[in-house]
Amino acid sequence: MLKSLHSKKNAQLLLGLLAGIVFGFLLQKGGATQYDVIIGQLLFEDFTVLKIMLSAVVVGMIGVHLMRSFGLVQLHPKPGSWGSILIGGLLFGCGFATLGYCPGTVAGAVGNGYIDALIGGVGGILLGAWLFALLYPRLQATILNKGNFGDITLPQLLKVNAWYVVVPAAAVIIGLLVLLEWSGL
Amino acid sequence: MEWLEMPRWSPYLVGAGIGLLSCLTFLLSDKPLGCSTAFARSSGMIERIFRGPRALGRPYFQKFQPVVDWEWMLVVGVVIGAAISAHLSGSMAAIWVPDRWADTFGPAAAPRLAVAFLGGILMGMGSRWAGGCTSGHGISGTLQLAAGSWLAVASFFAGGVALAMFIFRILGG
Repeated sequence: MLKSLHSKKNAQLLLGLLAGIVFGFLLQKGGATQYDVIIGQLLFEDFTVLKIMLSAVVVGMIGVHLMRSFGLVQLHPKPGSWGSILIGGLLFGCGFATLGYCPGTVAGAVGNGYIDALIGGVGGILLGAWLFALLYPRLQATILNKGNFGDITLPQLLKVNAWYVVVPAAAVIIGLLVLLEWSGL
Repeated sequence: MEWLEMPRWSPYLVGAGIGLLSCLTFLLSDKPLGCSTAFARSSGMIERIFRGPRALGRPYFQKFQPVVDWEWMLVVGVVIGAAISAHLSGSMAAIWVPDRWADTFGPAAAPRLAVAFLGGILMGMGSRWAGGCTSGHGISGTLQLAAGSWLAVASFFAGGVALAMFIFRILGG
């Protein structure tokens, strides 16, 4: 692994900025920085968001697992619990439907000129994240650890080599994308 | 360089590009793409302006310190990258109310801004509650096959589809 590069602080800040520029450029070209496209996905009228996410997952999943097999990268799966992920995820979903952007695409929408994304979106997300920080000690002591399952991955859950999940998952996702195209969505 | 000026690229090309970008950030920075912790850090920076160093005492801001890090720079980059793309295709414009909203609820800015702000609060809380967003869980977590991230993305869309259907098909129907 490129450990010495990973520990260079300023180089990493620059790399973060560059990765963000590419990410924002791609999100905008894909249409994912538009409210209409995101709401269209949630209403099953426009499948652009799903197509972008699933193709990113197929390419990234194969690439990251290949590099991992060669010892070039390590995984960083996020830990979680039913109390944090299911409840937080449903809250997020309600925000997704009302705001019509997510934390990444809202930044892209700001760059694109959307004022609702800047005032409502960025302002609201900052306030929401801060409210969470206020509530965190109480939530941490109660709900956030309910049904904790840690940072387990699907291959660990199934007790198999990761490639036994990567290959079928890629096949299912590609099949789903082909089906979407065939059905004209 | 006409392709840089196109307003839209194929979603498959864009997705594959984001997948390759994820590989590069794992390799070069040992980091998955993610956006929501940058907002949590920024909220701590803002609190620090008003309350001074006492803000840093919050347990959450000890876990996610209010500092500029790799992911914070990534979010700044997203604004710049989207602006470059929009500028090249001539689609940069100051828009108060998106079309889909205006078609259903009218062109007035105040209702849209109020609902967007409320949605932003839910999203800011929800993403920190769940420990990630559509990037951190939805793309980076699922591609690592993290069990929690697959649950997260299912919850994001379950909540999002149900409420969007209610808003546009029942309230706006």
